[in-house]
Amino acid sequence: MKRPADASGPVARAAQRRRPRLAVWKFSSCDGCQLTLLDCEDELLALADRLEVAYFLEASRAVVEGPYDLSLVEGSITTPDELERIQEVRRQSRTVIAIGACATAGGIQSLRNVLDVDELARTVYAEPSYLDVLATATPIAEHVKVDFELRGCPITKEQLLEAIGAFLHGRRPAFGTVSVCQECKRRGTVCVMVSGGVPCLGPVTQAGCGALCPAYGRGCYGCFGPAESPNVASLMRWWQDELGVEPAATVRALRTFNAAAPAFADAAAAADESGRPGGEGA
Amino acid sequence: MNGSAIWLGPDAPERVIAHLGGQGFRVVGPRVEDGVLVLEELTAGDSLPTGWHDRAAPGSYRLERREGNGPRARERFGYRVGAQAWKRYLHPPELRLFTAERAAGGGLDLHPEKGPEAPLALIGVRPCDLTAIAVQDRVLMGGRHVDEAYAARRHGAFLVVVECTTPGATCFCASFGSGPGAEGGFDLALTELIDDERHGFVARAGSARGEALLEALGGRPASAPETDGRRRAVDEAAHAMGRRLDVDGARSALAEGAGLPLWNDVAERCLNCANCTLVCPTCFCVTIEDVTDLSGDVAERRRRWDSCFSLDFSYLHGGSVRRSGAARYRQWLTHKLSSWFEQFGEAGCVGCGRCIAWCPVGIDLTQEAAIAIEQRRQADAMPRGRGPAGRGARR
Ligand code: SF4
Ligand code: SF4
Ligand code: SF4
Ligand code: SF4
Repeated sequence: MKRPADASGPVARAAQRRRPRLAVWKFSSCDGCQLTLLDCEDELLALADRLEVAYFLEASRAVVEGPYDLSLVEGSITTPDELERIQEVRRQSRTVIAIGACATAGGIQSLRNVLDVDELARTVYAEPSYLDVLATATPIAEHVKVDFELRGCPITKEQLLEAIGAFLHGRRPAFGTVSVCQECKRRGTVCVMVSGGVPCLGPVTQAGCGALCPAYGRGCYGCFGPAESPNVASLMRWWQDELGVEPAATVRALRTFNAAAPAFADAAAAADESGRPGGEGA
Repeated sequence: MNGSAIWLGPDAPERVIAHLGGQGFRVVGPRVEDGVLVLEELTAGDSLPTGWHDRAAPGSYRLERREGNGPRARERFGYRVGAQAWKRYLHPPELRLFTAERAAGGGLDLHPEKGPEAPLALIGVRPCDLTAIAVQDRVLMGGRHVDEAYAARRHGAFLVVVECTTPGATCFCASFGSGPGAEGGFDLALTELIDDERHGFVARAGSARGEALLEALGGRPASAPETDGRRRAVDEAAHAMGRRLDVDGARSALAEGAGLPLWNDVAERCLNCANCTLVCPTCFCVTIEDVTDLSGDVAERRRRWDSCFSLDFSYLHGGSVRRSGAARYRQWLTHKLSSWFEQFGEAGCVGCGRCIAWCPVGIDLTQEAAIAIEQRRQADAMPRGRGPAGRGARR
């Protein structure tokens, strides 16, 4: 990294200051989003130069006591123990960034939210009495104040670095909340839904992945959750009426990684009950 | 140009590509890749698709190969316009404007982006798209503030137009007079004539560079039946449009259209996905963002295509002004068909039909415009100040 020669310059002064402390926390999740941080191979040195990695069990057993300047929180809240732990994380952290579909929408485990958790436990476990779980899986923001959310299942390296860079320099992260379609069009991918009749969640899903799946001829799976003003009911009507998708299949498409995100959950519930995405009358 | 028309064989596109490529142009034209039509960079030896045609409908576009041995199986330009427009090359979707580095000893070193190295040659521009380029010329270069990035790509660009003889189901260029023929604004115009007796192109130059190209390509003067055939084919195409638009009616209805009931109905269907604006060959809106690297010593200013369907597009202090889908669709339709006249002296639509085909839920602006005209008429038939769409009503 380039440094000004002048030792009294603003950058040199900043470097002499204590590096901000980073902590990475895991709740109910698969670790995939944390791994994205380790995946930043080319940038790890620059990151370590700017941040003190104080708590990151995935990478190091060394633990530095809080408080922390920046906490990255992965996972959703699914147990009574996690309910308490997230409060402690918030108390110890100046800035909290929730990372990934679990932390921002409940994750795939939020499929339980529309089912009976006791019945599920009895089906899966020989001794369900050992389990101590909540009836629902919920995002971090339902429990504590979250300063910024990174969507995705998993998050992308580019967005993670951009968010950390923005945190370090006190600016707004430069990414929007528009649809995946905008990324498709910018990269020049020809729409798979219009040109091939492939059901795609892109028009109601938030950009961030770079429109990865359509670039390989697949419809968007909705990994980044609902876009800023999603009209899910309209898209599901089109899937059913024009693309011949069965109502049950629209419900399954909406109930994946972001099943509990309100825009997806509501449309799925309406289709589940009436067979029509907007509910009875639609 | 007054030079007479030349007859060229069916391999004219390839010869044009090879010639312009040899002259140092960055040649761009249509290709079929993975079964879809894209505009790609071409080099000498590349050929354009043969025997493909397209079927467009609201929310649907299919590219198909013609079967059998009929002459159409050899057609060079049987398809019309795909999802991509030429603005991809003239007004790129993403562009770094400059990089700034902290200088040793304080201050900033600015590194502006270098412009394009070679001039563009666009092969196979349809007349509607040629008009769209002229529309963007006015928006991005016509006023006091010239868009440098656009001007750098546009100046010296060589335009090879292909006239339309078989319009598609979503085409309505004839409503604007922006097609199906082309009378100027190009360097070279090709019109494909294909039947059992003949297959080739009537070629006309539109500039001195075009004359020089025609001369270099050789060919013989087109015969009277060939030039007549070209004229007839284009005239017939003008009467075979898949759609039509009452341009004047839409302009005035939408100028007073803010309170019309149709907006809420469209909002029920519209996904706010922005596809219509991004495929539209005249939409020009961009957003600017600044980013830093982790060190904070290097920053970049980038610009990328934006859309009036984005919430941030209308963000003023305190929030976005156009929050509802109704307000955003109204902005799009009104700008394209009405307020563009006030702003730039012409329509913001050329009738290419892309927004109809590539809207994932098939919203058709010709249909919505017709509804607006009808609702405006009904509202005007009511006594003033009454009814939901009385003049001046705003939401
Ligand atoms: S492929 Fe999907 S994400 Fe891409 S433009 Fe089409 S609908 Fe949108
Ligand atoms: S508004 Fe639609 S039909 Fe008109 S120029 Fe744009 S994309 Fe083409
Ligand atoms: S319709 Fe929207 S995106 Fe297109 S030029 Fe107008 S404001 Fe810009
Ligand atoms: S009109 Fe169609 S393409 Fe445009 S924003 Fe609405 S749904 Fe998307």
